[in-house]
Amino acid sequence: MFYPTMEKQTLAKRGFAPVTRRDFGLATGAFTVGVALLGGRAVADQTAGGLPVTPGGEVDPALFITIEPDGIVKLTCHRSEMGQQTWTAMAQILADELDVPWELIEIVQAEGHPRYGDQNTDGSRSVRWNMERLRLTGAAMRAMLVSAAAERWGVDTADCQGADGIVSGPNGRSTTYGELAEAASERPLPAERAIRLKDRSEWRYIGQPMPSLTVPLIVRGEGTFGIDVRLPNMAYAVIARPPVVFGSVRSVEDSATLEVPGVLRTVQLASPKAPALFKPLGGVAVIAEDTFAAIRGREELVIEWEAGPNGGYDTDTFVAAMLETAGQQGTVRRDRGDIETALAEADRRIEADYVVPHLAQAPMEPPVATARWDGDRVECWASTQAPQSARSTVAEVCGVPEENVTINVTWLGGGFGRKSKADFVAEAALLAREVGRPVKVTWTREDDLRHGYYHSISAQHLEGGLDADGNTMAFLHRTVFPPIPSTFQAGAETPSWGELRLGASDTPFATPNLRLETGDAPAHLRIGWLRAVANIYHAFAVQSFAHELANAAGRDPKDYLLELIGPPRLIDPREEGVEEYDNYGSPMEDYPIDTGRMRNVIETVADMADWGREMPRGSGLGVAMHRSFCTYCATVVEVSVDDEGRLAIPAVWSALDAGTVANPRHTAAQIEGGTLYGLSNALYGEITTSSGAVEQWNFPDFRVMRMNEAPRRMETHIVESVAPPGGVGEPPTPPAAPALANAIFSATGERIRRLPIFSGERRDRLAVRDQS
Amino acid sequence: MQTTLSINGIETEVNAPEGTPLLWVLRDRLGMTGTKFGCGIAQCGACTVHIDGLPGRACVTPVDSLDGASVTTIEGVEGPEADAVRAAWTEIDVPQCGYCQSGQIMSAVALLQVNGAPDDEAIDNAMAGNLCRCATYMRIRRAIKDAATRI
Repeated sequence: MFYPTMEKQTLAKRGFAPVTRRDFGLATGAFTVGVALLGGRAVADQTAGGLPVTPGGEVDPALFITIEPDGIVKLTCHRSEMGQQTWTAMAQILADELDVPWELIEIVQAEGHPRYGDQNTDGSRSVRWNMERLRLTGAAMRAMLVSAAAERWGVDTADCQGADGIVSGPNGRSTTYGELAEAASERPLPAERAIRLKDRSEWRYIGQPMPSLTVPLIVRGEGTFGIDVRLPNMAYAVIARPPVVFGSVRSVEDSATLEVPGVLRTVQLASPKAPALFKPLGGVAVIAEDTFAAIRGREELVIEWEAGPNGGYDTDTFVAAMLETAGQQGTVRRDRGDIETALAEADRRIEADYVVPHLAQAPMEPPVATARWDGDRVECWASTQAPQSARSTVAEVCGVPEENVTINVTWLGGGFGRKSKADFVAEAALLAREVGRPVKVTWTREDDLRHGYYHSISAQHLEGGLDADGNTMAFLHRTVFPPIPSTFQAGAETPSWGELRLGASDTPFATPNLRLETGDAPAHLRIGWLRAVANIYHAFAVQSFAHELANAAGRDPKDYLLELIGPPRLIDPREEGVEEYDNYGSPMEDYPIDTGRMRNVIETVADMADWGREMPRGSGLGVAMHRSFCTYCATVVEVSVDDEGRLAIPAVWSALDAGTVANPRHTAAQIEGGTLYGLSNALYGEITTSSGAVEQWNFPDFRVMRMNEAPRRMETHIVESVAPPGGVGEPPTPPAAPALANAIFSATGERIRRLPIFSGERRDRLAVRDQS
Repeated sequence: MQTTLSINGIETEVNAPEGTPLLWVLRDRLGMTGTKFGCGIAQCGACTVHIDGLPGRACVTPVDSLDGASVTTIEGVEGPEADAVRAAWTEIDVPQCGYCQSGQIMSAVALLQVNGAPDDEAIDNAMAGNLCRCATYMRIRRAIKDAATRI
């Protein structure tokens, strides 16, 4: 093994440690550079909530980038592709600094391994955490190619340039990167001072609307999702899981199942004990020669279930209890001024309670995984967002060392946080070992909705104190929800700092008196991440309440929101009693909380929507702004409500400031999709339980926005910025719900404080219509 | 049960238990995985194929009901409408994760085969049965209109 290590220490400070690797069974003449993050990030991502974070890669490098003798550049993408176009973005960043023709880039999907550093494709951080590292790698490789050419020609490197896959030198000499690959691999890694990153004015791919690398395959039905994996001699499984979390099988009768043509056998799986972690839920698996036979066989199972400790969970009752908690003094988590005196002395005091239900991520591809054993080694294929935790989960559940587990990452048919949890991968591994054949476990839609890791249910109480002029002098926010750490630590009931920083501990309001309190709530479902996580309910409450305060003050909601935010400045919640604020795993000095950028996106979106124009009767505009994942997003929703309470959303405008964006076309797509995901959840999204079991079963009662319900008009604006890249996949979601609720209030006078808007008997009509 | 049908122009004999949906025959028995499973109850459209030229949901269509029928899937759909839809989809980068897009494309092609210039309402009506959780709806509408101009 040959690892030039010069300069590694200095480069490591910038999160970069390139290592060439030539003797790894690669094609002769190839030039490979591996990159590993050394040490760890200054701040780990707390939303991981107990999930072991792999901060940096091992010194043993990842096989990241290879230039083949024919000039093809193979980039090992360590992030999972789930529609956010991470393949394309990673390729753009590398291709730019390496300076190669776009057509020469090929993506190799990385398996799950700690050598890649963080692979948890979650938290809107693929570009945020990898842009600099990939730029440096591309630039270092280009310098080595130039150096190889200069040596070959006996000229000074300063007289040679690498561009568009070709190194050119004096007297018209030129040669391709491919021809130089072998020689370049012999060159020493450049010193940091020798790596010249392009000025952004020289960028040719970063910031350009490069076409997706996956779409040409998708339109032909090609490409392999988790559900598409097929292995020789593979059996198919579906599983009847306990309806209640930590429930178990009391008895099972499978004789009718075994008579279904194609069914091979059943397998009983052990039920886990708390904490849930990513352990399979247990139940009875039906193994068959095809998926449908397994589904049919499962229908014939007669199972008596033991409900277990969560059999009393009823979400309606639980919400009432959470509201009671939210109505009482809680634990102070951030404090400015004297909130009690300010509220007591207020000219007017406004109060409101907000409730947001459990939600299911409901990716179009449900969880699916395939596993195959060879002796005591297991190879898995799965649409996973977190292949490293899939690897450790399979190892733990199967009782084998991690080195014996290989996780191959397929395309993901959507993830939205569900596929960060590897319970389904472990199911496949357990069953494949038991059956002695490769097994694919398919979750049906009913399984996905009933046995998920749900977005937490929440109740929030807000109070505002206005002075005689309508200025908000006091702002109290009390939030209550079963926390994500309950999934990792049995009995955890206290909202974690990692969840509070998702839109609660970082509320940007300049009010002289401000307090955040929390109340405890126990978890009775497995609680997990869902696109934007706790930002969803926090933004809904805070941005709705801002509108309520404006209304109480008799002021324009957009102007009042700007006033609440106050003048452009940087905020640090740690100065006001917030004990931990990890800023989404990015350093505060690079990614400060900047109210100037908040104001800018609000003013921009207001211009786009022609805010302040006269609206026809029954129509209204609503605005909301939220910073999450180090990105700023403001949204205006227009609604119209007819005399019978039917709601339409004719138009939506969004302004997003994500700093430097890799690809504006795909960023716009994330703004559109993320906003509609938020609107869909606000309109219809709801997981409820009765006696511990989820009541929804499929899309008829877990309703998702359809084409005919989507706005006819949607305009997006990406703020031009030289700031470092923020997240893109999640930040558009949080402001969608409050902007919608605020628009409904403007149109009808009805204030939505409990989501979803259409629920129970109110399936498709608003209850109240203000005729004034 | 023995059924003979044409799949993408190829005469195919299927021997599956009565009631087995076309979807699982395509995916598990024939290895044609372009047609996707999303709900199993004809509520999401991910499994949309053409059956004798009309869009249908493979997840609820028993294969034994298709004796003598002609089935077209994403792998085999061709013609001016399909070409135009693929070109527009690629040009605009409609898909995000892409999982529902086989079904979206099959529905869009079927729409354009009967309506060469669909407006928003016609598009919404024809496409309302195809869910997209990435919510690519704005781009699907735009791409269908764009495809109409390419035919």
